[in-house]
Amino acid sequence: MDLQTLTYITIGLSFVLYIGIAIWSRASSTGDFYVAGKHVHPVANGMATAADWMSAASFISMAGLISFLGYEGGMYLMGWTGGYVLLAMLLAPYLRKFGKFTVPEFIGDRYYSQLARVVAVICLIFISFTYVAGQMRGVGIVFSRFMEVPVETGLFIGMGIVFIYAVLGGMKGITYTQVAQYCVLIFAYTVPAVFIAINATDNPLPQLALGSELSDGSGYLLDKLDKTLMDLGFGDYTSPFNDKSMIDVCAITLALMVGTAGLPHVIVRFFTVPRVRDARISAGWALLFITILYTTAPAVGALSRMNLITTVNGVDGSGTSYAAIPAWFKTWENSGLLAWYDHNGDSKVQYAAGNAFAGNGKPVFEGEQRGPHRERVTSNPGEGKRVGDAPFANEVYVDRDIMVLANPEIAGLPDWVIALIAAGGIAAALSTAAGLLLVISSSVSHDLLKGTFAKNISDRTELMAGRIAAGVAISIAGYLGLHPPAFVAQVVAFAFGLAASSLFPVILMGIFNKRMNKWGAISGMLTGLTFTLGYIIYFKGVFIEPFAANIPENWILGISPEGAGVIGMALNFTVATIVARNTAPPPPHIQQLVDDIRVPGSS
Amino acid sequence: METSKDAYWKANIRLVIGCLIVWFTVSFGCGILLVNFFNQFQVGGYKLGFWFAQQGSIFTFLVLIFFYAIRMNTLDRKYGVRED
Repeated sequence: MDLQTLTYITIGLSFVLYIGIAIWSRASSTGDFYVAGKHVHPVANGMATAADWMSAASFISMAGLISFLGYEGGMYLMGWTGGYVLLAMLLAPYLRKFGKFTVPEFIGDRYYSQLARVVAVICLIFISFTYVAGQMRGVGIVFSRFMEVPVETGLFIGMGIVFIYAVLGGMKGITYTQVAQYCVLIFAYTVPAVFIAINATDNPLPQLALGSELSDGSGYLLDKLDKTLMDLGFGDYTSPFNDKSMIDVCAITLALMVGTAGLPHVIVRFFTVPRVRDARISAGWALLFITILYTTAPAVGALSRMNLITTVNGVDGSGTSYAAIPAWFKTWENSGLLAWYDHNGDSKVQYAAGNAFAGNGKPVFEGEQRGPHRERVTSNPGEGKRVGDAPFANEVYVDRDIMVLANPEIAGLPDWVIALIAAGGIAAALSTAAGLLLVISSSVSHDLLKGTFAKNISDRTELMAGRIAAGVAISIAGYLGLHPPAFVAQVVAFAFGLAASSLFPVILMGIFNKRMNKWGAISGMLTGLTFTLGYIIYFKGVFIEPFAANIPENWILGISPEGAGVIGMALNFTVATIVARNTAPPPPHIQQLVDDIRVPGSS
Repeated sequence: METSKDAYWKANIRLVIGCLIVWFTVSFGCGILLVNFFNQFQVGGYKLGFWFAQQGSIFTFLVLIFFYAIRMNTLDRKYGVRED
């Protein structure tokens, strides 16, 4: 059976599974639709949270990011897992005790203010749509690469599947499909990782393989990688602060942690378990299931970087002639994620530090034109200068997403493993997209309609409104996936920055500071939001030209826009505290509410 | 059996602060601020600081959450606020 057929069968089977689950777990009330009737077992919720959280970016891009950043990749690993500690101890149990349906609902009730609720809805919608556009794009890319259908077709199929189970099943359908999707994606991620770990080090556990000796007797993997990279003019892999300063690494890590804890689609998962103590333990299960992937990723990153270098530069390190390069190189060249320009004219492909192409380093292809070696022709070769003591100039562009997608081919693994990667990537993207679409639709039907503009609608009407909102949200997400705005890459920093600087502090103070009142919360949220938005736009320019160069000399305290959420959060806390001190304290029944959410059993 | 909700809340806060000190120490401490110091030590093929940043802190977070959840179950019982 060829790869194409295998991929179709694997993906087809996974879709049958998701739809089957959706039909079995239809939602029949708003309680089912918003929070799965609060009947989800903590372990199942842990799995669903893990799938909800691990997006196309975690599955496809993260290992590649780490493999090019080396040590600094740790800020993503720590940032995206450390948030669960905050979630488990500072937010989840108390919000579960509060026991309603949405995050804006908590903010509205705790701060006795419709205005606060609406501001929270705006933050939530902005955060979630930013995210979901990326997921839909991810689905399209996986389809187009592995099934050779146009990106648009892939996108429509993905939208259709999400539509079926999100609209039909609401949170209940999404929860159980996410459990299945977790199983698919973790299997798809770990199997190739174990294979390449055995190939390179004879140690099947990627977590140990990363710290093991290579089986060819050339010493420890990380030592060899450090040396190889330095010989090619790169900074070494394991030393800190080659790419970013210490303060910036701290700020980005903290912004990602706090942002993770403040993401509405993650928080709302903890509304679905039966009891407060289930919410606490469920965060532990979620992190366990995430840890399996997140501790595997650094090994995949290091091993695939090593594999890439040895395959391209050959055993003697002098490069491989284009005629003899393995087939995967040409496959990915065809999809535009790899490119080669023969700077020194020796017909050999050589990989080293520096950009092979001019401008932002990405190749511009001359359509389907082929050069003298049958390679794709590019119009923007760089100057071809050597970096440091490198033996040659870099001639290769490598998109970092390849590190996971092409890894099985680079390592020469069987076809069924490659098919599995495709199904896993789609599962990761769909599960996250569904979770995001649900929080968008419930904030529209529950917070805006039922809570603010049409308070008298019945449960049935509200359920119908929720379904329509989900349908509309999917269409908008699909549109954004088809026509990704030029600033999609820039706005990813927004989602975490905004969650960190707006929602997280307000929820936290709502639980831990009884004196915090509505004026404090509203002014804090708006300050955090405005500052973070402003800081990112100032340096990255969204819709408009950036005001200043995005370089460390211009940043406040040396903190890059990716870490701006931390400053925004600090401002939020400060402004909220000052304003609350100088305005009337919250009414007695609100102080009663705070006492109540702090303690599990009693009422 | 104590029933004071204030005492329960204070015990919770103490536990949370303890856990967050560990959380900060392994990630920001060992993994970032003192990474060069810890990188002097080698465990297997890992430099210790690098290991904290890419593996160790994640495992510690995991242990912390389970520790917190189990300790809180004990506190729930001790202060008589356990749900059915």
